[in-house]
Amino acid sequence: MISKSIKYTSTALAISTSLLLARPLFANEMPSDLEFEVSGNIAVEQRYFFKEAPYPQQLGHNQLSLSIEPELYWEWNGGNDSVIFTPFYRVDSQDDNRTHGDIRELAYVHASDDWELRVGIRKEFWGVTEFQHLVDVINQTDGVEDFDGEDKLGQQMVNLSLVNDWGIVDVFLLPGFRERTYAGEEGRLRGPLVVDKNNVSYESSAGQQHLDFALRWSHSVGDYDLGAYWFHGTNREAYLTPTPQVTMLDVTSYTLQQYYAQMDQLGVDVQATLGDWLWKFEGIFRSTSIEDFWATQAGFEYSFIGIMDSNIDLGLLMEHSWDSRGETELGEQGSLMQNDLFLGARLAFNDMQSSELLMGIGSDLDHNAFSFLIEASRRFGDNFIASFDVRLLQSNDENDLLYMLSNDDHAQISLAWYF
Amino acid sequence: MLTKKILFSAVSALGLTLVTNMSFALMPEEQKGLDISVEAKKRDLGWQDSTADMMMLLRNKQGQESIREIKMKSLEVQNDGDKSLTIFNKPRDVKGTAFLSFSHPVEADDQWLFLPALKRVKRISSRNKSGPFMGSEFAFEDLSSFEVEKYTYKFLAEEPLNELKMFKVEQYPVDENSGYTRRIVWLDTQEYRVYKIDFYDRKDSLLKTLTFSDYKQYLNKHWRADKQEMINHQNGKSTELLWSNYGFKTGLADSDFNRNSLKRAR
Repeated sequence: MISKSIKYTSTALAISTSLLLARPLFANEMPSDLEFEVSGNIAVEQRYFFKEAPYPQQLGHNQLSLSIEPELYWEWNGGNDSVIFTPFYRVDSQDDNRTHGDIRELAYVHASDDWELRVGIRKEFWGVTEFQHLVDVINQTDGVEDFDGEDKLGQQMVNLSLVNDWGIVDVFLLPGFRERTYAGEEGRLRGPLVVDKNNVSYESSAGQQHLDFALRWSHSVGDYDLGAYWFHGTNREAYLTPTPQVTMLDVTSYTLQQYYAQMDQLGVDVQATLGDWLWKFEGIFRSTSIEDFWATQAGFEYSFIGIMDSNIDLGLLMEHSWDSRGETELGEQGSLMQNDLFLGARLAFNDMQSSELLMGIGSDLDHNAFSFLIEASRRFGDNFIASFDVRLLQSNDENDLLYMLSNDDHAQISLAWYF
Repeated sequence: MLTKKILFSAVSALGLTLVTNMSFALMPEEQKGLDISVEAKKRDLGWQDSTADMMMLLRNKQGQESIREIKMKSLEVQNDGDKSLTIFNKPRDVKGTAFLSFSHPVEADDQWLFLPALKRVKRISSRNKSGPFMGSEFAFEDLSSFEVEKYTYKFLAEEPLNELKMFKVEQYPVDENSGYTRRIVWLDTQEYRVYKIDFYDRKDSLLKTLTFSDYKQYLNKHWRADKQEMINHQNGKSTELLWSNYGFKTGLADSDFNRNSLKRAR
């Protein structure tokens, strides 16, 4: 799976690089102003789950892992041409599925006055909200990394970006699809059934090789930042259905089969920056062969600068999630966030160590379910960042999707070395 | 309560009548202060665009030090505030973070932050001008470009400083989000270079003093100080700024200061 991506990307990279760099006289010379730099981080992460594992094979209380993510960067022509390579690898002490690697980026970017060409494996983020990134569609979620869905797998792309007075237009060709990663048998933060990595089917006969397409317009007008797009291709979210597996002892167990449908998705994101208030909205309309639905994420962020005559900034956030599919029976396709309210507070101490404290509460307005998170982070010395997180998931309603994770309250401490 | 309201309206009406009947004449020391500031701005016009590296050395009361390394690109905009792109290199955990600002003399600045971990461009509120820049003793407003419209002025005196003759001008920030009630600025009478600024906080107590040294002239016109030192008298902390690798008229344009260039800024 990864080797095929590398093959496609290397070919694309080689072609574009030679096309753009080929000059009759200097075809074999290295650019005179070639610069190279390495940076990145190595992090160790320890999780402690407060409750016993609910399902057999799952890890007990402790989960230790180590991750490394270096970034190699080359630039020439004063930065107008660049190549970036960012591999990632995590070793997990308990969950074999969580021990995984990915090429987060391997791409060439050529920047000209009013256009840019970006080719290779990259990450593209779209969105304005904090608690859910609804419009962020390009990259597949590296779900096994963390359950907030913010970590993404690299995505192969050819992206042309055109800058105009009336906005920036991005055209994306996305060859190749990445399957989502899920916790394995030993992993926590999963439901009773494990997702079978080898049982994947696609609506499109092209399967993983389907060529996806996206077109996006974004613009800043006065206090408003706007974005709208159309995506046509493989749905990054799999439909998971229980499938029986017959074992040697003729006992039927179940795993989850992944089915990736084709979709058309329209997305809109708006932010209004009015004084100390940030008003944010994201909306999507998705059409697949199975269903059509729309979903929104809307809210605000308000900042108090320098509270109580100190240097501390306090940011207050509130967002609401809505999914037109509404409450769904367990096993039906739906969203975890169908009618949920999120409140958050962010304290930035603005000290030499960049200390920060985040607190968030999420509440499902249809079910009796809530999630609570607290995160503290601080720099030690010049190169170390320590973070401490606590996540609590509470649900009493068996029909609620969050109920599956309600035994997985955990605390996490991590220490990262940045170089 | 109602009487108070009526009284207030009457006084306001009277005041308004008086003001509208007067021409908007400044007192002589206000006019001189304004003239000096306009001349200082004029002396530096025409730099078009600039790039520079900045190293920030933060020191707290216990003598602990921390370093920040930044690259700044700026674009002079006609009849508006400057555009700037600030790229963070050290500490290494913020490497790749970049900050794009379109400043405006009177309206709120337009500001975007690029967060490299998520590859996300986030538009932020620019009201935080009084907050510390990267945990240092420089506030955001201390680092933004000087525009005449941002202040009202009063000329105080001519006095010597650093063996040079200086104008001493008091500046009153127009923006209510400023962390200062006033600033006192010393500019030399020859070249109109700023050598010292005293900052007075919201309680009108002396908060910080900024001194400029090692001025160098670029393109036979533009003076830039290689060193700036900010001392906070109230908390005993200080921040030293060391500028290097100044470049002017390097060919930067609007296309170097947009969302796309923010995302690939290094």
